[in-house]
Amino acid sequence: MHTTVLRSATREVTLGHDRRFCVIGERINPTGRRLFQEQLRAGDLSAIERDVAAQVAGGADVLDVNMGVPLTDEPDLLGRAIRLVQSCTDLPICIDSSVVEALEAGLAAYEGRALVNSVTAEDERMELILPLVKKYDAAVIALPNDADEIPMESTKRLRLVDKIVEVATSEYGIAIADIVIDPLAMPIGADPTVVCSFLETVEGIRTKHGLNTTCGASNVSFGMPERHQLGAAFLTMAMGAGLTSAIMDARTPAIVEAVRAADVLLGNDEWGMAWIGAHRARQAAAAAAP
Amino acid sequence: MTPDEILQGLYDLTLVGNAPAVLELTHAGLAADMTPETMLFDALIPSLEEVGARFERGDFFVPEMLIAGRAMSGAMAVLRPLLAETGAQTVGTFVMGTVKGDVHDIGKNLVNIMLEGAGFNVIDLGVQVAPEKFADAIVEHKPDIVGFSAFLTTTMPMFKANLNVLQKAGLRDSVIVMVGGAPVTQEYADAVGADAYAADASATVKKAKDLIARKRAAVPA
Repeated sequence: MHTTVLRSATREVTLGHDRRFCVIGERINPTGRRLFQEQLRAGDLSAIERDVAAQVAGGADVLDVNMGVPLTDEPDLLGRAIRLVQSCTDLPICIDSSVVEALEAGLAAYEGRALVNSVTAEDERMELILPLVKKYDAAVIALPNDADEIPMESTKRLRLVDKIVEVATSEYGIAIADIVIDPLAMPIGADPTVVCSFLETVEGIRTKHGLNTTCGASNVSFGMPERHQLGAAFLTMAMGAGLTSAIMDARTPAIVEAVRAADVLLGNDEWGMAWIGAHRARQAAAAAAP
Repeated sequence: MTPDEILQGLYDLTLVGNAPAVLELTHAGLAADMTPETMLFDALIPSLEEVGARFERGDFFVPEMLIAGRAMSGAMAVLRPLLAETGAQTVGTFVMGTVKGDVHDIGKNLVNIMLEGAGFNVIDLGVQVAPEKFADAIVEHKPDIVGFSAFLTTTMPMFKANLNVLQKAGLRDSVIVMVGGAPVTQEYADAVGADAYAADASATVKKAKDLIARKRAAVPA
């Protein structure tokens, strides 16, 4: 079983199958946030500081940073955002863009060992992104889809995982442990079969490659009521199948607590020491409150 | 069953997305000599309008919208050929697709349901639609409107690429171009030279009807 090491200048986070789940905070992303988009377009990055604080307080282990704002200079914006986030927290960062120049600017600005989000199984994407991953000694999230389709059956997704692993390791010299697979979590509201095939894919990746996995967990509950409960149930099921991290809502206690409870139940929080420690910290905070 | 009971049944069962029952009632209506127009305009369309209204109020969720749309589509598969025979004029023809490189289709499908619910003939090209495929569909179906959907900031530039291909093929002025999707704005639609932007499904229907009415008024029959 592989472990993936991420670092900021001063802190190290390790993804692995017998370790506590890695909570990657999803919030620093302008998609669907009109106000945030306008602020970013005007060069106002102050909302990022609040997003960092809320996710750190919520228990995030890593922060995803996405600056996909239309009609802006995304490479410049992403570089500035990463420097700002690193001035606020020592959590490692997941650099999120599908614009290659933005990924490069983000990697250049970042201090530490980043997680790049993301590459696909498309030849041209691998050609552009994997050399950057190698150059900056980063880890990379890989999506098992190619130019033709996002395959729904897990066997097809697993074949694309094989392809990515083969190309990244043999052609680009990337360590297999630095490949994190995102098996594509789709909205359950649009198709009742998507979570079952997701779980099968996660299990297949664990069994066959022993690789770490991640996903955009909030996507699953899109279009449904009571999203937090669905998100919590999804994550605990996915952890049982072998998911080792997720780009997720780190600000909602019900979701993060479900993940930490599953850590205890799966034996990844040995003797529940982190769980008990969190309980004591809450007690102490309650006692100290006026 | 009386025609009124059939209409009520079509309305109620489309609302809850019971596709097999809607299909059965559609056949029952035809067997009872009801016209396709009656079933469409007095039951199916009002039902889908109600579904859309509930969705916008937050009373209905994505799966409910999708199964209602599926129920209506099942009925339309039976009624559309009959409507064509009688020469009933459709509200308009709408070619729709998610742009190349983008596989998101929930929003597009919701818009399609509302368009179909409003009486449009919708031709859905699916996801990852290449510019050439849009051009071919415009030649083949001669739609009033073509709609480009993109969910990602990185795939939005395909709007411009699509428009360039339409321009090159000499098709640009033959069709109204609408764009939409989560990250799209009016400003962006203007920047790429689209004719219209709509923020959600009901806005799409309203603008589409509006644009067609304006176009038909401008061109002498």
